[in-house]
Amino acid sequence: MNTIPMEYYLLISAFMFSVGVTGVLIRRNAIVVFMCIELMLNSANLALVTFSSFLGDPAGQVFVFFVMTVAAAEAAVGLAIIIAIFRNKLTVNIDEINIFKW
Amino acid sequence: MLTEFGKIFIFLLLAIGFVGIALFAAKLIRPHRPTKEKLLIYECGENVEGSPWVKFNIRFYVVALIFLIFDVEVVLLFPWALTYQEFGFYGFLVGVIFLLILGLGMAYEWRKGDLNWDRTKPNIPELSKILTNKNVSNVKIDEQIKES
Amino acid sequence: MTANTEIFQLLPHLVIGVGIVLSVVIEISTKKSESILPWFTILIFVFAGAHSIINVYDYQILFGGMYAIGGVTAIFNFIFTIGAAIMVLNAVDYIKKSKMNFGEFYILVQSSVLGMMLMAGARDLFMIFIGLELMSICFYVLAGINRSRMGNTEAALKYFLLGAFATGFIVFGIALIYGTAKSTSIDQIVFAYEYFITDVLFLTGLALFVIGFLFKIAAFPFHMWVPDVYQGAATPVTGLMSTTGKAAAFSVLIIILSAVFTQNITNNFEILFAVIATLSMLYGSIVAIAQDNLKRMLAYSSIAHAGYMTIGLAAGNIESVSGIIFYLTAYAFMNLGAFGVIALIEGSNEENLDINSYSGLNSKSPILAGFMALFMFALAGIPPMAGFFGKYYVFVASIKADLTWLAIVGVFSSAISVYFYLRVVVYMYFKDSTSSIIIKNSFTGLLAVIISGLLVLVFGILPDTLFSIITSVLSY
Repeated sequence: MNTIPMEYYLLISAFMFSVGVTGVLIRRNAIVVFMCIELMLNSANLALVTFSSFLGDPAGQVFVFFVMTVAAAEAAVGLAIIIAIFRNKLTVNIDEINIFKW
Repeated sequence: MLTEFGKIFIFLLLAIGFVGIALFAAKLIRPHRPTKEKLLIYECGENVEGSPWVKFNIRFYVVALIFLIFDVEVVLLFPWALTYQEFGFYGFLVGVIFLLILGLGMAYEWRKGDLNWDRTKPNIPELSKILTNKNVSNVKIDEQIKES
Repeated sequence: MTANTEIFQLLPHLVIGVGIVLSVVIEISTKKSESILPWFTILIFVFAGAHSIINVYDYQILFGGMYAIGGVTAIFNFIFTIGAAIMVLNAVDYIKKSKMNFGEFYILVQSSVLGMMLMAGARDLFMIFIGLELMSICFYVLAGINRSRMGNTEAALKYFLLGAFATGFIVFGIALIYGTAKSTSIDQIVFAYEYFITDVLFLTGLALFVIGFLFKIAAFPFHMWVPDVYQGAATPVTGLMSTTGKAAAFSVLIIILSAVFTQNITNNFEILFAVIATLSMLYGSIVAIAQDNLKRMLAYSSIAHAGYMTIGLAAGNIESVSGIIFYLTAYAFMNLGAFGVIALIEGSNEENLDINSYSGLNSKSPILAGFMALFMFALAGIPPMAGFFGKYYVFVASIKADLTWLAIVGVFSSAISVYFYLRVVVYMYFKDSTSSIIIKNSFTGLLAVIISGLLVLVFGILPDTLFSIITSVLSY
């Protein structure tokens, strides 16, 4: 049985990345926007693992660990900011968070 | 000639088709007599109480955030645990420093009181207080009980 | 094991790293951390900055090509540490005034500076990412440090969402570069840049990477977070984000494109950078005219300044790099000074940011008015301030690269920007005071303003001192 070509992984990864970018641009709920950003990071992780496995070089996989941990730290900070803004304003809709004009 | 994935695709189509046909056939032959009891959401035999979209206490979020960080940082320990022996004492030291910094973060949270689960006093409505106020009508009392 | 001894070459980084840990210990062990931590922070920053600038000619590559010290890195480290030290000095009284006595503030500033230093020294894409995230995450928290204030949390949310969005671009770009170049070492990428750049996947990856960093430097199409975040965040934090954060992002752009700057390879991004530079300069200068809030005005001017520096990236020769670095140094100190004056005049609840609050400032506080005028002249690029020579070097480099039209647009945009900078000066000196604001005396705040003012003057009158160091260091 022949293995799946690298292009397929990259196409999936590019598709996930595009979904993430589109989501960030069109969704208005801060948490959903944040989930889309996580999707972008994970698409990059997929690409990294693919390259790493096809190049036979473990550096890419190690980097995925770092991306994951950094994404977790970012998630914690982001959710904390969202909680703080929810306490002040009782909404997480980006359009309503507008004491400054965008 | 089908590839391996082609076979899986046919299998998927068959599975979806089977479920669809079975459900459709059941709909054709089963009796349809809904009652109020039957239409209730099944919740382990209990009666449904309110919407599931309740707001959780904010303290759950804080604990979840702390858990998230410490849980994911452990991922860095797996590659270290597999290879540190090759680097001798130096490799061991690197992991220990990492763990010490994590521990310091834990100590910081502890000290700052983010791990304390201090319960707020439950705000129990005191009926006697409300009832002594003669001017309040019954409707208002009900409202006050609800609010408190 | 060579790594055992190599780590001691990174003395400034080690000092700051240990300083962060010690700061956490101080913060949890005493109640009086507010009076210890600022001085401790300034001490380690000044040490790290002095160590970097003394060892500027000691260029070394460490950890098997993963990290570099000395050279350009040392100059960037100097900007980061001294800029942050000035900002902390300025923030001591500001923090008391606006009642945000969080010890975390100093710990986060130290961590973000460590992240910037990692970025500037990194010779590996993975190192760049880790440094960038260390800096960015600390900045997200710093932007919203005063969490009970609506403006602070809003700034933090916007900065966080768009910053994380940019991070997504950068990580995906790194993944594509890694896949096509089969390595993450920047030396190897630079070595075979000419060969790689014909690969569409590599070009896409590099473009995504560059776009991510254009977000961080606040260039035009990626600027939408800048005005809100700069206005909403606490004033000293804004000063730090707008100067050192921008310098760190530029340091990465300079390293990743260093093949273009040193090897006479055609610059694939020349048109992209030229267009972005033009739009940023014009947009920033024109929109800043309409702003009455001084922080918001400086935010738009920051977009314009990012445009001037991007001219250097478009020019893509060795002179433009030294021009960008000189500009970044000058911009760091003049902008920190301007934000320092704003922080001193600002009331305890984010009032007095309006330009009307500055009317007749000369009669109330001639020192502050004088320094504000100095910084405004410097930002406008009027000789003999440092800002003039920054622009001068970048424009000369762009003329050398046959981009004369870009230099002309730059001069035109500077001419527009003179209007809104001098408007502040006119308000301070030629208008009668309409508001009765009380300026709280703050010795440390004034000291920070004076230091940055002196640095701006020194770099303006004797630009060759710094510029010759930069050019000699760049020849490595």
